[in-house]
Amino acid sequence: MTKYRVLAALALVVGFLLAYFVWSTQTISGSSYRFKLGLDLAGGTELVYTADMSNTPSGERSDALSALQGVIERRVNLFGVAEPLVQTEEASALSGTTEDRLIVDLPGVTDIKAAVAALGETPTLEFKLATTTTVGTTTSVKFVSTGLDGRYLASATLGFGSGATAGLSAPQVILNFDSDGAKLFEKITTENVGKQLAIFLDGQPISEPVIQEPIPGGQATITGQFTAAAARDLVRNLNFGALPVPIALESSSAVGPSLGAAAISAGVIAGAIGFLIVALFMVLWYRLPGVIAALALAEYLAFMLAVIKVIPVTLTASGIAGLIISVGMAVDANVLIFERTKEELRDGKGPREAVHIGFSRAWPAIRDGHLTMIISGVILFWLGTSIVQGFALVFVLGVLASFISAVTLSRVFLLAIVPEKNEGPWHFLMGSGGRNS
Amino acid sequence: MYIINHRGLFFWITGLILAAAIGAIAFWGLPLGIDFTGGSLIQVKYANGVPPLATIQQQIAVVPLGAVSVRSSGTDAVTIRTRNMTETEHQAILASISQNASTTELAYTSVGPALGSQFTSKAIWAILAVVFVIVLYIAFAFRKVSKPVPSWGYGLIVVAMLAIDLIVPAGFFAALCHFTGSQVDSLFIVALLALLGYCVNDVIVIFDRIRENLAKNERENMKEPFETTIGKSINETMTRSINTALTVVLALLSLIYLGAPATKDFALVMLVGVVAGTFSSISRSAPLLIPIAKWFKK
Repeated sequence: MTKYRVLAALALVVGFLLAYFVWSTQTISGSSYRFKLGLDLAGGTELVYTADMSNTPSGERSDALSALQGVIERRVNLFGVAEPLVQTEEASALSGTTEDRLIVDLPGVTDIKAAVAALGETPTLEFKLATTTTVGTTTSVKFVSTGLDGRYLASATLGFGSGATAGLSAPQVILNFDSDGAKLFEKITTENVGKQLAIFLDGQPISEPVIQEPIPGGQATITGQFTAAAARDLVRNLNFGALPVPIALESSSAVGPSLGAAAISAGVIAGAIGFLIVALFMVLWYRLPGVIAALALAEYLAFMLAVIKVIPVTLTASGIAGLIISVGMAVDANVLIFERTKEELRDGKGPREAVHIGFSRAWPAIRDGHLTMIISGVILFWLGTSIVQGFALVFVLGVLASFISAVTLSRVFLLAIVPEKNEGPWHFLMGSGGRNS
Repeated sequence: MYIINHRGLFFWITGLILAAAIGAIAFWGLPLGIDFTGGSLIQVKYANGVPPLATIQQQIAVVPLGAVSVRSSGTDAVTIRTRNMTETEHQAILASISQNASTTELAYTSVGPALGSQFTSKAIWAILAVVFVIVLYIAFAFRKVSKPVPSWGYGLIVVAMLAIDLIVPAGFFAALCHFTGSQVDSLFIVALLALLGYCVNDVIVIFDRIRENLAKNERENMKEPFETTIGKSINETMTRSINTALTVVLALLSLIYLGAPATKDFALVMLVGVVAGTFSSISRSAPLLIPIAKWFKK
């Protein structure tokens, strides 16, 4: 008994510390352990872009995608948003076609128009070789990707050169490649002397010079028909980063801050009241074990919230649904144990022995129920789209925690107080429903 | 033993509920929201009262979008559903409806058709994969129980029951959509997934008791008809099934009455599912085993 009392005291202290951690980090503004709320709760904009990889060799897709992510991240940071998030998603083969997506989360931004416009200014820069193929009498020009694109761009500068035709000083855009890009550019120009190397901006060829000689040094000049203003804008946009492949806005969503705030306060109130009602029911029906279950559940909840903060898990409406169901699982584990304990008490066993046996009898059902749920949750996380994943992540964490807490917390607390013999007030305390034990 | 003795009656009740649910789905259909089909959804709040919906329809008609649905949501807001629109069209609509009313855009979602169809296929695959793994796990967990029903028989029954458990809330949602104008969104899928977890757990608890009682009979060399063992197991787990369901129902009621409007449909579907699931695991799971046991004896 002393062993269990020490353990129970320890568990209580840990529980208080966890609860204090959850509460205090929430009240300190600027703490890095505040709850991270999803866009559906905190308000904000989510933009989903698809990358057009039709000309990208399959081996380079993930490279191109991460280059894309880097450029868009730089753009988003320009936008001045706190904690923006740019994620990439390679759609699974399940749907047949592979699609590469870029998901841009802008918390606090509700002006979709401005966000789309700001990101839409990001230029796409590609270098393609023109190859002419002759089929019968028709000759068609095909542009083949060279692998040299916006990701290798180090900087762009504005220059004025003598335009070959106009004779006047025409605005030029000078591209400076990074070291990898310079090597690639030299290689391409060495191997393809005499061919046309077209420069594509936002999917359109803007200049199609013929390669006269290998170009070392990593500098290319675009002499399109620029006005001075257009060249200046292009240079500015290129300097914020150029995309390696074109992207298209596929879906967008925005949640206003008032809707999010209302959802949070309603959710917190519903959660708190729901928890109190469930705890009250447990206490009224299961008496002393019910009180202990309520205590264990409160500690379980504090633990879950702390885990959500520390990982951190971004809370969304679906994540909260996952939390509610996992709390339900934790309650169920306790109910299973108490029902078994009650049966043993009816057989005339003393409270301590009944609790011991009750736990071991309830164990297989708890194990199988929790394990199927953990497996299901893992599959959902693996196969699901982001909203399902939000549910699955919290659900798996919650069920795992319930698995551990059901067999440790309630057991330790109960064993720390119940006596060997069923006598005096214990007949009432260990009873349930309308019956004493 | 009531449930075992009257299992014919429970089969009929189940059949009726199931027929009603399937009827609701077939008759009214499950209107798929933009998460599945692609499209745009605007939620707008009117500060000084919502104008007649027909007026809003006319204001929107300025932008050629094809069929547009305008429904009121709550007392001071409307939901506008259209095909997938561009940002320019979105702004044009907002400008048009704000001409002579003070409006605030609460939320805007636009989903491309490709993303929508992918969500559907992923959701279906995820549910099928989960169901498949559940059969495997239950076949494994009950591997020592092979008489009179082989362990994978338990797995198959769980799946048959899960199908019923998901069809009933889906039927309820079809009726709800018909009367309130809601649409199937991704939260509905999340609700079905959560129910899947809840119902599996519920059935496992009862099957676990049958497993334990069968093992006990064998140990004590007691010849007991399978029906009696099942009836006993159901009775012994009845209080637990009802109490657990009650706690979950209490939590859901709090979510329905106090929670955010966004999760209200979710909680309602869960509520119907939990009640139906508990009824189903008490009244159907074990009685289903009896005919199967007879079939295996042949």
